[in-house]
Amino acid sequence: MSLDFEKEVVDIETRIAEFKTKNPEPTGTLVKELNRLEEERATKLKAIYADLTPWQTVQVARHPDRPLIRDFISGLCSDFMELHGDRLFGDDHGMIGGFATIDDTRVVVIGQQKGRTLEEKIKSNFGQACPEGYRKALRLMKLAEKFGLPVVTLIDTPGAFPGRDAEERGQAEAIARNMLEMAALKTPIVTVITGEGGSGGAIGIGVGDIVLMLSNAVYSVISPEGCASILWRDGTKANEAANALKITPKSLLQLKIIDDIIPEPLGGAHRDYPGTMKALKKALLKHLKSLEKTGPRKLVSRRFEKFAAMGRFN
Amino acid sequence: MGWFHKKRTTAASPDSPKKEEIWVQCPSCKAHIYKEEWERNLKVCDRCHFHERLTAKERIDLLLDEGTFIELAAKISWNDPLKFSDAKGPYAEKAAETCAKTGMKESVLTGWGKIKGVKVSLSVMDFRFMGGSLASGTGEKILQATMFAVKHKMPCIIVSASGGARMHEGIISLMQMPKTCAALAQLREAGLPYISIMTDPTTGGVSASFAMVGDIHIAEPRTLIGFAGRRVIEETIKQKLPDDFQTAEYLVEHGFVDMIVPRPAMKETLFKILKYAGCR
Repeated sequence: MSLDFEKEVVDIETRIAEFKTKNPEPTGTLVKELNRLEEERATKLKAIYADLTPWQTVQVARHPDRPLIRDFISGLCSDFMELHGDRLFGDDHGMIGGFATIDDTRVVVIGQQKGRTLEEKIKSNFGQACPEGYRKALRLMKLAEKFGLPVVTLIDTPGAFPGRDAEERGQAEAIARNMLEMAALKTPIVTVITGEGGSGGAIGIGVGDIVLMLSNAVYSVISPEGCASILWRDGTKANEAANALKITPKSLLQLKIIDDIIPEPLGGAHRDYPGTMKALKKALLKHLKSLEKTGPRKLVSRRFEKFAAMGRFN
Repeated sequence: MGWFHKKRTTAASPDSPKKEEIWVQCPSCKAHIYKEEWERNLKVCDRCHFHERLTAKERIDLLLDEGTFIELAAKISWNDPLKFSDAKGPYAEKAAETCAKTGMKESVLTGWGKIKGVKVSLSVMDFRFMGGSLASGTGEKILQATMFAVKHKMPCIIVSASGGARMHEGIISLMQMPKTCAALAQLREAGLPYISIMTDPTTGGVSASFAMVGDIHIAEPRTLIGFAGRRVIEETIKQKLPDDFQTAEYLVEHGFVDMIVPRPAMKETLFKILKYAGCR
């Protein structure tokens, strides 16, 4: 599956694949030909990905082959013990979490689950968590606090689920409660937006001491399509809305909303899972280490100052 | 006998030319009500009990002892961090127009005052200011009012009225959600009460942040309180929703609002709660 602006590259990649099938053990001039094709691919990829528009970045963030939470967990962690339920109502498939080990570091990892197969997507509402998902996240965060484990949240969601039951079970209250409790949590929190940072649905697990983004992720108060349909009265003006909203990692770093950008391999995470995992693991371990000696009181007061400074201009 | 010499007055009929000045039409039941009566009733229809929206100033006058309100964070105004412009033009122009129209610099008035002698920090949102939308100035003012309460050991009251986060300030508006909640976490740490009053409408990023983390949740009758919009939900689940969906009364039934308080009883109710909370 290719994005329209990747078409040229995908054509070359197809030719490379065909070439490799025809010539499984190339020698002499064939090797030269293969190298030439690979170089052409790299050059084209570099050119496209060096200069993605915000709307193109959104499409990469939503790419169907982009790694999802279970890919990240298996790519980063040598162990994952999934925990279930919010102890109040149920177990939301749209939000998963549990104990995990990253190299020698034990953590609690939490994040939205979009699902890979159609069946999984339907079960998880395409990564749109319900109140029970946010409440499970909160239960796990309080567990991490009790056990002295840092929290890692991996955000990838179009938004919180806008359903009747979700509304009746207190979608608003669940998100609000999470932000208040995260602000007060006496254990380090590192947040990474790995795909789509969809508004309230994202910030409901996004109150981190450190907030990172993969270089083709996006983070927004509203989807570009949603913004376009309201402020441009035309849902197809998503390109203009995406430009206006400043949703790319570079903009967010400038606005001091995030702390760092994790570079994805050339051509986006969907092209190179091992490369993506390597970069993400390095960044996570670095930032977890930077927080491990901070006492709980200082942690909470620094986190408060971090968010208090956002939007302070006068 | 003074009333024999009283000047004869005729009550103007709803169809007379001075209709706009003397009569108000209830937006809900369409009854014509004498303007003086409407205002004396705090803009509540005495026929159908519809609660019209109040400006921030009107709400403050209603809740606090006369002359006790001292404004805080008065200099804080709207900001344009994204240099945002849409199909209708620059956000800066729209914001300037709104300021001129409302006399406010942002969608919330913050300060402190007394409720029957009890000192409180009070933040009141105003729906006239860009739909009461939550943006950087709003969040900063609420944070300052809350931290003032922490410093001076006062209870905190926040009156919400909002369509949600202001898109024009983008992600910065979104961050006012954790920002205000972080301030309320400090208030909680200090052991101080927080009363959240929800007025029509309390939705989106405001319902999903400070409005829904009160110790006590009070709503006015028939207030719209919800996270996602009705139409979005109906399109998602492909079903029609009941008429009373997302009303304050519905939220009481579903466990998220403590009480519905009609406007005339609001001040007294707040005073009672403050007394239960041990405030002086």
